Amino acid sequence: MFALRKVRHAYDIQDVLRLDDWSVAQGEHWLILGPSGSGKTTLLHILAGILAPSEGSVAIAGQDLDKLPASELDRFRGRHIGIVFQRLHLIPSLTVLDNLLLAQYLAGAAQDANRARVLLTSLGLGDKAHSRPHALSFGQSQRAAVARAVVNKPRLILADEPTSNLDDANAAAALDLLLQQAGACNATLVIATHDRRIRQRFDHRIVLGGEA
Amino acid sequence: MNLLRLSLAYIRARALNSALNVLLLALGVATIVVLLLFTQQLAERLERDSKGIDLVVGAKGSPLQLILSSVYHVDIPTGNIPLSDAEKLKANPLIKAAVPLALGDSYEGFRIVGTNHDYVSLYGGRNSEGRLWEKPYEAVVGSEVGQHARLKLGDKIVGSHGIVEAGEKHENSPYTIVGLLAPSGTVLDRLVLTSVESVWEIHGQGPHEEDEDEDNTTSTGKPRHLQPQELTALLIQYASPMAAAILPRQVNSQSALQAASPAFESARLLNLVGVGVQAIQAFALILILCAALSVFIALYNALRERSYDLAVMRSLGASRTKLLAAILIEGLILAAGGVVLGLALGHVLTEVLGAWLQASQRVHVTGWTLVPGELALVAAALAVGVISALLPAVMAYRTDIAGVLARR
Repeated sequence: MFALRKVRHAYDIQDVLRLDDWSVAQGEHWLILGPSGSGKTTLLHILAGILAPSEGSVAIAGQDLDKLPASELDRFRGRHIGIVFQRLHLIPSLTVLDNLLLAQYLAGAAQDANRARVLLTSLGLGDKAHSRPHALSFGQSQRAAVARAVVNKPRLILADEPTSNLDDANAAAALDLLLQQAGACNATLVIATHDRRIRQRFDHRIVLGGEA
Repeated sequence: MNLLRLSLAYIRARALNSALNVLLLALGVATIVVLLLFTQQLAERLERDSKGIDLVVGAKGSPLQLILSSVYHVDIPTGNIPLSDAEKLKANPLIKAAVPLALGDSYEGFRIVGTNHDYVSLYGGRNSEGRLWEKPYEAVVGSEVGQHARLKLGDKIVGSHGIVEAGEKHENSPYTIVGLLAPSGTVLDRLVLTSVESVWEIHGQGPHEEDEDEDNTTSTGKPRHLQPQELTALLIQYASPMAAAILPRQVNSQSALQAASPAFESARLLNLVGVGVQAIQAFALILILCAALSVFIALYNALRERSYDLAVMRSLGASRTKLLAAILIEGLILAAGGVVLGLALGHVLTEVLGAWLQASQRVHVTGWTLVPGELALVAAALAVGVISALLPAVMAYRTDIAGVLARR
């Protein structure tokens, strides 16, 4: 599904990321493990095409990202990649439903309010569609953020530390949600985490920062 | 969802701040609208009232006063001129038409003008009822006079001596109303018209014959009261453009007479008024600049709060130009709100002020009209909105998404 070759990224002169070769097939679920500062978020940003690596090439769905002009890269990202941020970042001025519609609009996809509503209902947020994000609990916000990430049926879902601040039960629920939604659109799922609790549930892991 | 809805959502999210910005801009726009409407309608009225009058000949004095008194009927006359001088002048081949005016009396604050029928046709006046005057002591009243005093045909009115303040009444010689004029939007609406001879007769008899203080009023600078065989002014139409170069000099060199051009004097008047108008205009511009600054500050601060939103929108597929456009639209919506509110406010304010201020009642300033200057004002105000959004928009364009998202 995507392949990274000889990717290296440096802020200033210090390398934060070195990755010689990493290939992932469509539909696989991966964990990026490593301590804080090992470059997990940097790698996610490179995969999302919002950060160009200092060296190396990134191909997603057969498309070399550095060969795309800027506006097409934005479009490509909107269409094919769904991102769940660690701090969720729902747009506070918009309702939950409008957050989903915005994702459809900005990706250049057809705006399908029905799909957005069905999706919200399936995540137990049917009655929150017209609420502002600040009126939601953290769990509800996280579900809304996942809904926004998957509303365009992406082929790649990226999640940054989705369980870090949650207790065991909620962490398991958040993970279930991501796995289930990735399965529903047969998307490749990549989760960056330092949370050891969820290691067992993934067959595929990549470890950054030298730690096994 | 689209950029417009997105921008509106952000404006709603800080409703109070947005409303204040809109109001600030609206106040500036409204002030300018009021000024535009007033000056435009004043200028139009001055032009209508002096249309067809190339030159005014009257007694020596201030040329502006001569024009104000005998064209616009707002000032006291400079004095009177002997009929013989007027007749001599009329014979001049450079003059196509000369309309005589004999002023001196008023009725309920409206001036009584002794003249001939040419004066009515000069303004395209028509009778709404009755006919024009034919015999002495017949009078025709303008539409406003008729309305104000509820006059109808056959009514008798008594003129008071003097033009500005009500003087003694000519009780013995009332005028009979033989006609009412239709509204013309000119000074005609506020006049009582009669023949020159009527005015002469009234002043040739009655209380004025024993008026002994005639000389005293002259010495205090007021014009002498009109005597028979005198006119107050002549309204002159040139026979050829050449007359403009020759006639005024010719008249002014005759010691008793003065010639003044309505076009020149009204331009001078508007110039005098214009200084005040410019001062208020500058004030309004400062208001608009404050509004622009306030919109800029609001967007700039909002942008700092919104850097995450912008980065997230980029990660959702928004291009840089889309974010640029979103911020510009936001500035434009605020400006458009200010413009619409300002235009509405300005027109309503003009209508209210026009009806309320006594001076503007004479000119009938109304808010229910558009002037060409408003188009430029709208364009300028919208441009101000866009310009004040420009820097924030460029900042949005330049958002470093990965940098913002990696911030903890």
